[in-house]
Order: sequence, then structure tokens, then C-alpha cells
Amino acid sequence: MFKGDFIQNLPKIYGTYTGGFLVFIILMALAEQAGVSAKNIGVMFVAFTVLIYALIGYLSRTIQVDAYYVAGRQVPTVFNGMATAADWMSGASFVALAGGVYYGGYTYMAFLVGWTGGYVLVATLMAPYLRKFGCYTVPDFIGTRYGGNAVRAASVFVLFIASFTYVTAQINATGTIASRALGIPFEAGVWVGLISILICSMLGGMRAVTWTQVAQYIVLIIAYLLPVFWISNKVGGGVFPHLMLGDEVARLGELEQQFGLVKNSAADMKAAGVPGGLKYISGSHSGVPEGGMAVWKYLSLAICMMVGTASLPHILMRYFTTPTVRAARKSVAWSLFFIFLLYSSAPMLATLSKLALMDPNLPTGIIGKSISEVQSIEWVQRWSEVKQVFIADFNGDGILQLNEWFMRGDVVVLATPEVAGLPFVISGLVFAGGMAAAMSTADGLVLAISNALSHDIYYKIINPKAETSKRLLVARVLLVIIGAAGAYIASFRLTSILGSVAWAFDFAMSGLFFPLVLGVWWKRATREGAIAGIIAGIVSGTVYLTWVFPKFSVPIWGGVNTPFLGIDHLRFGLIGAPICLVVMVVVSLMTKEPSPATQKLVDDTRIPTGKAILGKQH
Amino acid sequence: MSNKDAYWNKTKNHMIVTLVLWAFFSLVIFMFGSELNTMSFLGYPLAYYMTAQGSLLAFVIILFWTANKQEKIDEEHGFSEREDD
Repeated sequence: MFKGDFIQNLPKIYGTYTGGFLVFIILMALAEQAGVSAKNIGVMFVAFTVLIYALIGYLSRTIQVDAYYVAGRQVPTVFNGMATAADWMSGASFVALAGGVYYGGYTYMAFLVGWTGGYVLVATLMAPYLRKFGCYTVPDFIGTRYGGNAVRAASVFVLFIASFTYVTAQINATGTIASRALGIPFEAGVWVGLISILICSMLGGMRAVTWTQVAQYIVLIIAYLLPVFWISNKVGGGVFPHLMLGDEVARLGELEQQFGLVKNSAADMKAAGVPGGLKYISGSHSGVPEGGMAVWKYLSLAICMMVGTASLPHILMRYFTTPTVRAARKSVAWSLFFIFLLYSSAPMLATLSKLALMDPNLPTGIIGKSISEVQSIEWVQRWSEVKQVFIADFNGDGILQLNEWFMRGDVVVLATPEVAGLPFVISGLVFAGGMAAAMSTADGLVLAISNALSHDIYYKIINPKAETSKRLLVARVLLVIIGAAGAYIASFRLTSILGSVAWAFDFAMSGLFFPLVLGVWWKRATREGAIAGIIAGIVSGTVYLTWVFPKFSVPIWGGVNTPFLGIDHLRFGLIGAPICLVVMVVVSLMTKEPSPATQKLVDDTRIPTGKAILGKQH
Repeated sequence: MSNKDAYWNKTKNHMIVTLVLWAFFSLVIFMFGSELNTMSFLGYPLAYYMTAQGSLLAFVIILFWTANKQEKIDEEHGFSEREDD
């Protein structure tokens, strides 16, 4: 079924799918009118979409190595762009990004620039060359370019640390959304999420993940954009919010002046019993903080996210699936276009959400109203029950001040449709979108890890004579083990210890960025240089992380340390990557230059035409 | 200079131009965030607009431009892939 014909029919197939999904949304809206409960609509949204993904996963099953690892290298440019966008935008991007902008303002938006600008590095420095190389995994490139098992194993190690940090957070997000939408406990939600993820990837590897990711992108982008446009029109923000919210941003500035941006003391918040993780507005929406340190904080975060993006294996491996080198380049551009659609909407959603709550002229406004009145609003009651919003009357005047309203960041995405008075069907849609975002990223990550272990460690190092069937069996068993390990850790909610998803970017840039870039762009880079660079980068970055992150530094270093030059735990890649570069260059220059065969291999990598370096079946 | 070397030189120069544009939109303009924010674009303060939307859009445009330009370089030197994507 999935041959030639299928590729030519892709626009039709996904067009029909999109139409079908829109019809499903309308049916759910009708069901809501007919009196079906909000909870059941949520269940149906998640169940229906997950079943579709599972069906696609089943239909894409394969017993060929090429299809399992790189989707047979026949994914067209635009579709690969959609799949990459879904692979990229995690559950965290979907539910937390707008909340981050809502509270963090300009400074937080360094993430937006970082998570998009990185694709320019992917397109110019990496993707086309890795595609030409013909590798199955990122360590496959490093192992072949530099030669030898040691460098291959070292890069698998970095890949494992970076991707595993990320995957537990994704499985955690899948569990949270599944538990809320299906009304089951979080621990059960995690395992439901895991099973959904495995069904999509186990039978068909990269091929199945590709086609489910395209389907997931369509769901998540509809689920994100529809509410933004609807809310904007409803609160008078304009037909096309991205171009028309200038006045609203200015209005927020006025309201901030009027209500005042007050900082609460930690003691006050503790005394009032504000639940953990809830925040209040204390910073400006569009203002830029003054001073050199503020500029450096912004730039350093953007640099880490950009360089990290260009080193994350689960993203780079998506460009191994295009038919040509040229298609790989174009595909990066399409990926970023599809990512841009969501990322540029997050600040708009944050603006609309903030305005809906803050503007006393709007019927939805709550700041400045009496607390008893606000507490009687239905959505406030519902979200208070689950400790997602909280009111603390610090000054005891019975009026809700800006600094007395606490809310979890995720609520911006999950509750704004409700706040603005949109029907519940939209909230159900948002659940399905969040689930799609978390699942697609988790799929990509679990596959990146298990492919590296099965191809680079098992086949290339342990058992090079293994038959195809045995290789694929090992790949699938590892997939289940990695997924289960991630879910096991997520179910204990240990993710708070594992820290931020930003760490994945810092780990990846510390150990992989320069070995990948110099592998293509510097012929003189040697095996010894690469091994020394990878180890020096990942070790120095990790040691610095333990030194600067209070939860680690207290037991290990016996105290809290002040970050060096403002490089805190979100930015530790700025220590690891430069050390990796220096060590790699110095050691390379000290060792014998690579053999003529290796130099020829680099020459061939740089030219789009001609045979791939690694054959079709390797 | 062989055709391959000439091709690689052009590709390298093109890479540098792309990265200069990239650095401008990702780093340089945000060095002057507070100055830029006194100007406005579409009614938004300029630095706010750039970080929320402008630079993101610039990256998308840079990527399509750079891919097309590189395809031209491929063609000039006869390294264009024949099969259609």
C-alpha cells in the first residue's frame, strides 16, 4: 500500500484526512449542543485522534532496514517539513510556550528566536551534507567520518543523554494530557501515553513515525490556530491577530501602569498558601529590560537554543529521509515555515489572554473586580479546584489586584478558550492538539535513541554480521525498553529533578555540534580530535551544570555557587561547546592528518551529486 | 582550480553570507533591544515585534532564499541532482 502510488497521492490522502478532522470537530460541536458532557467530548477527541495515529502506524509497518531507519528516503519536501515541525514542537511548546511569554515577556522570547534561528544553522552547516552522506543515524556519520568504534560510542553516549533528558519530559506531558482528558490518574495516563507512542513507532520505525507526525502536525496546528483567531475576533483584537494587535499591546502597557507591577515577598506568598508552580504578573509585557547583563542574558539563551537545535539528533535525522540533497535543504525551510505558524501565534495568544483578564472594559476582565465576584465565575472555580489558579487578598481590600491573581502558565493555552467564552468543543480540540504535540516529539526521540543503540552499538560494534530480521528485532525491543524506562521515570514525577528541557539543547551542543560541523567543514579534523572534543565537551558541560544548579551543587560541591558570567543552568552549553571546539582543534593539529581516503570522503560529502558515502543497505 | 574547488569556494562564501544575515536577525538587533523598542512597527514596539514575529519570519525567508541560491550554484557547476523532488 505504501509504495510509489502512495507518495503521489499524499496531498489527496492528507487533504481528505484534514477534511475528515474538520468534520469531526463539527460533529463534536453538534454533540455539545445536543447535551453531551464536556468530559465525554474531551475523551472522544483524544481517543479518536490517537486511534487514527495508531492506524497509520499499523499501515506503515515494514520489514526493510531502509524503511525502518530512514523511511525509504522518499519523503517529499513539504511533508517532511510538516513531520519535522511536529517532531520539533513538543507538548511543552504547545501548552507552555504561550504561558512562558505571558509571564516572561521579552526576555522569555529569546526562546522563540533560539528555537527558530537554529534552523538556519541546520540548513547551512548540517542537513544537506548529512543527507549526502547517506547515514542512518547521527552517530553513524561521526563514526564513519572519523572512523572507529570509540568515536561512534562517544557520540551515542551524548545522543543518549540529550535525548533521554528530553523524552521523559515528553512522556510526562503525554501523561498529564491523557490523564486530564480521559479523567484517569496521572500514573495511568503516563502508561496510556507510552502505549500510544509505541503503537505509532514500533512496527514501522521511521516510516511509521513520519506519516503519523504529518497527521499529528495537522491536528496540532488546527488546535492552536483556531482558538487564537476565534478569541481575537471575539475580544475585538482584529481579524488577523498577528498583524493587528499593536493597540492591544499598547493597552496592556497602560493597564500595567494603572494596576502597578508589584513584587510579592516570598514570605507573603508562603503565608497565603499559594500552590507551587503558580505565578503572577510582575514584569512588563512588551518592555525591554535595561542594562548589559539583560542583553547578555537574552543573547546567551538564544545562542544556546540555536546551537542546541542544530545538534539535536532527533531533528537532524528527519533530513535523512528526503529523496535528494536539494530536497533536504528545501525541507529545512518548510520545517521552519510550519514551526513559524505556531511560534508566531504564541505571543499573540499570550497578549489576548492577558488582555481578556486584565481589561476592566471587557466582560471577561477580572483584575480590579471584587474577589467574591471573581470567585463565583465558573471557570475560576473549576481551575481553582485543581489548584491551577489561586487568589490571595494580600491587602485585605476585597478587590483583586494584579499581584493577587496566581495562575499556572499552562492555563493560558488550556483555559483561555473557556475564559473568552468559546464552546467546550474548542477545549477538547486543544487537548487533542497537546496530545499530538507531546506524542510526536516523544516518538521522534524514542526512535532516535533506539536507532542509535541498535544500529551503532549493536550492529556496527557488537554484531556486524547480524541479519536484517535480527537487526530490526533488536531495534524494536530497544524501542520498547527506552520508552518504558522514560515512562517509568516520568510516572514517579522525577522530571523535576531531571530539570528543564533546555538541558537537552545544552547537552547536545556541548558534545555534538563541533564534531558534526568540523566533520564536514574542516578536513584536518581527526579521529583523536573528535574523541577528545566530545568527551571534553560533555564532561565539562555536565560538571559545570552540577556546579551551578543548586539542587546538584549543594550535595556535590557543598553550597550554592554564583553563575560565572551569568551562565546559569539553562546555558551550560556555553561552557561545554567552546571547550569541545578548542580541545578538538588542538588535538587534531597535534595528531596525524586524516588519510587520503578520509579526505576524499569529505570531498564527496560536499558535492550533492554522485553516490552516497554509505550504501543503501549498510 | 578544479571545478570541485571552485564549487566549494562559492558554497563557503554563500554559507558565510547566510550566517551573517542569521547573526544580524538573531543577535545584532537584540543588542539594541531597548533602543529599538522606542520605534514602532505595525503599532508594536519594534524590539517586541522582532522577537515575537519579525526575526522568526526573517529566518523563514532566509532559508528559502539560501536554498534557491545554493541550487543555482549547484547548477552552474554541474552538480545539480537530476531526479525531481
